[in-house]
Amino acid sequence: MIDPAATAALVAEDIKKRFGSLEVLKGISLTAEREDVISIIGASGSGKSTFLRCINFLETPDGGRVVVGGEEIQIKQGRSGPVIGDQGQLSRIRAKLGMVFQSFNLWSHMTVLQNVMEGPLTVLRQPKAEVRDRAMDLLAKVGIAEKHDAYPVELSGGQQQRVAIARALCMQPQVLLFDEPTSALDPELVGEVLRVMRDLAAEGRTMIVVTHEMGFAREVSNRVMFLADGLVAEEDTPAELFGNPKTERCRRFLASVL
Amino acid sequence: MNISLLTWGPDGWLDQMAMGALMTIAVALAAYALGIVIGSGLAAMKLSRSLILKGIAEVYTTVIRGIPELLVIYLVFFGGGAALRAIASGMFGYEGYIDPPLFVTGMVCIGVSAGAYSAEVIRGAVQAIPKGQIEAAIAVGMSKAQRFWRILVPQVARFALPGLGNVWQFTLKDTSLISVIGLVEIMRQAAIAAGSTREPFTFYLVAAILYLGLTSFSNRGFNWAETWANKGVRRA
Repeated sequence: MIDPAATAALVAEDIKKRFGSLEVLKGISLTAEREDVISIIGASGSGKSTFLRCINFLETPDGGRVVVGGEEIQIKQGRSGPVIGDQGQLSRIRAKLGMVFQSFNLWSHMTVLQNVMEGPLTVLRQPKAEVRDRAMDLLAKVGIAEKHDAYPVELSGGQQQRVAIARALCMQPQVLLFDEPTSALDPELVGEVLRVMRDLAAEGRTMIVVTHEMGFAREVSNRVMFLADGLVAEEDTPAELFGNPKTERCRRFLASVL
Repeated sequence: MNISLLTWGPDGWLDQMAMGALMTIAVALAAYALGIVIGSGLAAMKLSRSLILKGIAEVYTTVIRGIPELLVIYLVFFGGGAALRAIASGMFGYEGYIDPPLFVTGMVCIGVSAGAYSAEVIRGAVQAIPKGQIEAAIAVGMSKAQRFWRILVPQVARFALPGLGNVWQFTLKDTSLISVIGLVEIMRQAAIAAGSTREPFTFYLVAAILYLGLTSFSNRGFNWAETWANKGVRRA
């Protein structure tokens, strides 16, 4: 039998994480095939952001494995649990996982264009002219090209988040990870970011989206995971999960947010 | 007050005062550079996870900030002299009296203090950088060194600039204390001129004007640098 991890875009298997005595993730698995858009929903504290951060090892998981494009992130056993096995390999894999954060996290000492170009120049060492062209195209695509010389502080939250998406895209990643990308935005700015994300999904990007936007999860993703208490409580197509939830937990959660 | 003493050439004292001012600038610059190196090291120690490193840095700043600077100068001067003589007799069999080099001693004395003060400034600046920006750098695949040089250093520099401007200001003024070990900077030169002409007020007034000129000139420099560095930073 062929290991499915060898062909999928991303596989996270049995991810466990605890903070002190609090067991946040009790063994969560996810397989994203190419062009999958997977939404992860759940109440605050259900572990969905932690799970996403474990995928690119912003948090080192206490158990489980992550395989990106057939390559497994190496871990070794430290004194108090698993630690990163090979920093160079991890950096290389991280570069294939574009991440968009809740609070944008643009580098405030760089202009919009510099933010978008930084990763490809510094990490991938691509030629400047080529990166610049790609960055300008991406900024145009997220509708913010005219602000390329502005500093992040001069932009609205929605604009900053669109720049952050362009920054992630400029790395030409295999998978995009979104960590509650609209949660820090004023309600009137949510739409512009979701619109960009819809376009990306329509292009066939592989996306994993932790979100509170049920409309997005329902209409854009092809699979939805509902997390509760550090476990996958339900996983299905959006039509099934929203139209016909199987578990009481999920029914109650949906009733509370819809 | 005797203005005729304030002329250039062999009969006046302006040449000597100007040389003194140059020495002040030189020793202040050297001490400031040393202070920033020491301060960066101390800040890194204070921010490290090692309790031992933290402890050492804490002791350093507590001691240096807790004793008068004049005393630091005496300790470095006499301690350094004793150490030099011990090395000279131990390794080279030289038994004569050696004074530590004045310029280096002055630089170390003032630099040691500047280091203690800039450590706090730099540590605060590092902590002012939002953690998310570092995470974004990690997520994009930057190595530790890339994160340090591309994200941390440029922002630390801008956050630390106002505080480091203050450190420069008192580093410059503290160089006057170095006159006690005999380095001929503004203060020492003024004392020499005052003694030989019996016009102390004249020369101490000149010294005051020189210090004021240097501090206000460098203040302008720092203000300009802050404006330049603060593009993209929300004004608090």
